[in-house]
Amino acid sequence: MSLTNRETWTLIHGMIIGSLFLLAFAGGLAGLYSLRPEYVTSAGIKERLFRLKVGTTAMAGLAWLTVITGTWIVYPWYRETAPTSAKSILLSNPDTKDWHEFGMEWKEHIAWISPMLATVAAFLVVLYGPALVRNKTLRTLVIVIFAGAFATAAIAGVFGALITKAAPVK
Amino acid sequence: MAVETPAASAPTAEDRPTGLMAASLFAAGLGAFVLGLLTTLAEASTGIKDGLQFNDRVGPLSGKTIIAAAVFFGSWGVLSALLQRKNPPLKAVLVVTGALLALGFLMTFPTFFQAFA
Repeated sequence: MSLTNRETWTLIHGMIIGSLFLLAFAGGLAGLYSLRPEYVTSAGIKERLFRLKVGTTAMAGLAWLTVITGTWIVYPWYRETAPTSAKSILLSNPDTKDWHEFGMEWKEHIAWISPMLATVAAFLVVLYGPALVRNKTLRTLVIVIFAGAFATAAIAGVFGALITKAAPVK
Repeated sequence: MAVETPAASAPTAEDRPTGLMAASLFAAGLGAFVLGLLTTLAEASTGIKDGLQFNDRVGPLSGKTIIAAAVFFGSWGVLSALLQRKNPPLKAVLVVTGALLALGFLMTFPTFFQAFA
């Protein structure tokens, strides 16, 4: 049982960093949603905000890491011109060419919107801190941006998994 | 037994101007919009597609993403300097950002940009 260099990087890009991103999102969303005056005491707010700042910043960092490793390490292997590359294999069959022409084409672009939104969400959490507790509009705005970062990453992630299933990078 | 003060009474940064928030939101909108625009332009013109090929192994995606990230961080810096002491109305900021993001999403959607091929 062993993994090639390419399989290892695909795993790091999709499973390891991707899972940590998902974990950071779940924690961040729960933290943001429950950051309400009726739920949190003064003592609790300090501790929760610290965790939220760390979590959202980590999520932004992970989002950048995911797109950078995906675009600059894994994607060149995917798009090689050799007939054995994942892209060539998908395009050679009319039943699978849409995985590239729609799935990969969407994934490779939309994924880059995620780190931008995640960075803005983290920035707003750090910038406004305690104001997020009593300002519902501000909190809702951050949740929407945060969820947008996740949604774009999820589209890319789901297509990544399905494309890898159809034609793995080897 | 000490009674904990509700968090709502904690001091907040709510009086902070909205300029820095607006700058960050506009930057994300601009980054997404430029990414979408370059994606569609690359499909419409082989000259632009070739010009975006900053790296041969990555292809045109290298140029699209480097430029979009540079626009995101660059515009964020410039707009922060311009807006940090200002208080732009939140509604206008959200409308402009929403429009830029929506256009960015649209122009990175394959069915849309492949129509220009």
